[in-house]
Amino acid sequence: MHTDRRRMDMLKEIQEYEFTALDLNLYLDTHPGDNRALEQFNQVSCELAKKVEKYVECYGPLLNYGFSGGFSSHWRWVEEPWPWEM
Amino acid sequence: MWIYEKKLQYPVRVDGCNVKLAKYLITQYGGPDGELGAALRYLNQRYTMPTGKTKALLTDIGTEEFAHLEIIATMVYKLLKDATVEQLKKEGLGSHYADHDRAPFYMDASGNPWTATYIQTKGEPIADLTEDMAAEQKARVTYDYLINLSDDPGVIDALRFLREREVVHFQRFGEALNDVQCFLNEKKFY
Repeated sequence: MHTDRRRMDMLKEIQEYEFTALDLNLYLDTHPGDNRALEQFNQVSCELAKKVEKYVECYGPLLNYGFSGGFSSHWRWVEEPWPWEM
Repeated sequence: MWIYEKKLQYPVRVDGCNVKLAKYLITQYGGPDGELGAALRYLNQRYTMPTGKTKALLTDIGTEEFAHLEIIATMVYKLLKDATVEQLKKEGLGSHYADHDRAPFYMDASGNPWTATYIQTKGEPIADLTEDMAAEQKARVTYDYLINLSDDPGVIDALRFLREREVVHFQRFGEALNDVQCFLNEKKFY
């Protein structure tokens, strides 16, 4: 399955930001009073949202059930490749 | 409620068809210390946890384990998709082919199906969190063994990521256990 380079680069950036957010999330679960970590989480989460918005515009929704916004012309959720095919 | 995200948590690249390696990796899909058991164990233990912190942590780690399950499935899918029936037979996956073709299935490296007896929920937070810490260590060691068995640099890279996550989860469960112990001790004085 051929997947274009630009798409993989954008995806990798999202993976990096999301991983940072996820790891901070777990840390905050056991350290909810750590304001420095909370501030970092907020920053990363904001950056992540921007990256995701750009990706979704080009390659269709990342989330199902309406969490990736609406569709202007056609239902893009069914488009291939799926993650295991990239 | 769960939402699916149409991406992997970590990118998976493999060098090519490798039936033998797929046969080993499948144990982290449905083996005794695999990701399916981990996800189901944590998500089931949430309901009887005493604090918001522990309910959050089990929800979040349990959810991350499903992302790991998808990474393992992706490796197995990519390693098997171009294998011929001859290759599958030669490398010990002839019986897998008979039941599942090249599809992943929840089993250990010897083909034994996943069973709920791999996991436990005692309904008591000290016992459950201690089991969770042990589970993370067993999964970490399994990744060490799989890295030793692997001859594909892309697979090794993804396995190293997964191994590191076990270490982080162990750390977080340890903190949660401490926290619950403090919580239970405080309660006794009232």
